Amino acid sequence: MNVTSSVREPLVTGGKTWADITNDICRQVEGKPSKSWIIAFTFSVLLLGVGVFCVMYTWFVGIGVWGLNKTVGWAWDITNFVWWVGIGHAGTLISAILLLFRQKWRTSINRAAEAMTIFAVLCAASFILLHMGRPWLAHWALPLGNTYGSLWVNFNSPLVWDVFAISTYLTVSVVFWYIGLIPDLATIRDRATNKISRLIYGTMAFGWNGSAKDWSRFEAVSLVLAGLSTPLVLSVHTIVSMDFATSLVPGWHTTIFPPYFVAGAIFSGFAMVLTLMLITRKVFHLEDYITLAHVESMNKVITLTGSIVGVAYITEFFIAWYSGVEYESYAFINRATGPYWWSYLAMMTCNVFSPQLFWFRSVRRSILATFVISIVVNIGMWFERFVIIVTSLHRDYLPSSWAYFTPTWFDIGDYANSFGLFFTLFLLFSKFLPVINMAEVKAILKSAGDVQTGQATGNAKVKSNETVSHN
Amino acid sequence: MSEVKSYLVGVFDDDDVLLAAIKNLREQGAKILEAFTPFPIHGIDPALGIKRSRLPQAAFMFGATGTTCALTLQISTLGFDWPMNIGGKAHLPFPSFIPVSFELTVLFAALGMVGTFLLASGLGPGSQKTVFDPRSSDDKFILVFDIEKNKQFSVEKLTEMIKATGASEVNIKDIVEKH
Repeated sequence: MNVTSSVREPLVTGGKTWADITNDICRQVEGKPSKSWIIAFTFSVLLLGVGVFCVMYTWFVGIGVWGLNKTVGWAWDITNFVWWVGIGHAGTLISAILLLFRQKWRTSINRAAEAMTIFAVLCAASFILLHMGRPWLAHWALPLGNTYGSLWVNFNSPLVWDVFAISTYLTVSVVFWYIGLIPDLATIRDRATNKISRLIYGTMAFGWNGSAKDWSRFEAVSLVLAGLSTPLVLSVHTIVSMDFATSLVPGWHTTIFPPYFVAGAIFSGFAMVLTLMLITRKVFHLEDYITLAHVESMNKVITLTGSIVGVAYITEFFIAWYSGVEYESYAFINRATGPYWWSYLAMMTCNVFSPQLFWFRSVRRSILATFVISIVVNIGMWFERFVIIVTSLHRDYLPSSWAYFTPTWFDIGDYANSFGLFFTLFLLFSKFLPVINMAEVKAILKSAGDVQTGQATGNAKVKSNETVSHN
Repeated sequence: MSEVKSYLVGVFDDDDVLLAAIKNLREQGAKILEAFTPFPIHGIDPALGIKRSRLPQAAFMFGATGTTCALTLQISTLGFDWPMNIGGKAHLPFPSFIPVSFELTVLFAALGMVGTFLLASGLGPGSQKTVFDPRSSDDKFILVFDIEKNKQFSVEKLTEMIKATGASEVNIKDIVEKH
């Protein structure tokens, strides 16, 4: 009996059994790296090498190597920071919020999305260190008793909140991701044919043996971590937006920033997940696990969040005019028509217009169109942060200090460093760890697979729809 | 000192068969030591008589500790140790303390709960819990019976009972236990 509802598309295709899932996902972990992986990895490491040189040079000489000037004191550094943090949010959204909403399609993509979260937050953290100029004094941002007097950090400052938010977010994301990995690491350990991988994966699996008692605790932990991560992820980008919103700079001092930033973060994060997953599914032949139904679901989230972002842009513009504040109105008119009009245009086209193409079913189910739009969206989201940061700063209250920011090679090199770091880590992850959560996909196979499985023995009882519905 | 203990290991191919078998065998009076499965199975806890985990309560306690620590830190440093006039704000601006208090609550709750989970389940680097059948992390569902604790049945009888509930194979496994 086929228990798959005819209305819902199957989430795992190809008539997979549980053993097939284990074999398909473990294959690339156990086998030799493919040629395309080696080429991609070499390229990433080279990029990272160039990036590390640029970062070292920036540290050695100081942030004067960037194109900053007295008027524009934040540019690519904070743009990149906000961009990477935002990208990270999709992983937590998929693993935590969609878990609470019981969206089964998240099971095929949550592992890779969470890994992406961690790597993206690391990239973001690298820009926090960089923009300090003197990263060896980074501990000054922590509330440590110090020898310079009894001064403490200022807990009124959103920059201090940021330190707590980002470090908590990174820690909790790593823990959440690793706990989810444990059962799958045990699977790899139990299959290992040589001593070294048995030792390494055995140590990493923490001795997991899949007992019912441990699964019971595991599920309790997953659920509570999801419950904690959900407000956490919303708080992180809220606090990031407060870096701007609590200031008095026209264009930054906006109350809609928190929800607008969170929507933008999910928007760009889903786009990045799609970019990575479309490549991963192709290279590792995971088309049966990451199906068109998954791509379509993610595209719907992109359309929703992209539209929220679009509404936010228009609201900001309207309020700037409606407030009657001359400076506020000017900041927004200057964004659209001033010297940085091209970045505003890029932002509007990429973020507001391009995701609307997903209203057409043929577009949101097309791999090529999705891949292109996913990259376009992330370009647009980078420009959004650039527009907010640089165009609000470059023309302040005093026309005599108006300036223009142009990036130098070190702005570009330090940005390239984060890409090198991100792709190197992601490629290492995709080779040495299971990119799909095997245990979770196995758990949904009966109710969401395209054929009924697990009835190898004649004794198996045919399950009714009733037992499936509340799984 | 080490001793060898014998276990009966029933191997099942399907989670629903396993669930029915657990209920059936427990009704017949067999004592199940543990079930090992490749993924969490809905409804296995009541069938096996596993009590609901109290980890969420632990998480709440850790979270509350985090909130307390965060508030203590902020109030003591900014309010008492070195009060500063920052933009004319009050020395104890509670709204400003919300973000850090929230973050530390989440951090303490998450780390504390995961630490408790690892401790309670005996998981950690270097830990090696007994794997009765390595296929239980692939696609098989395993029921383990301690032969000593099921003395009322002969091994043959118990094997037959397990087979009758739909197990595809039943094996005897000897485990060397260290003391």
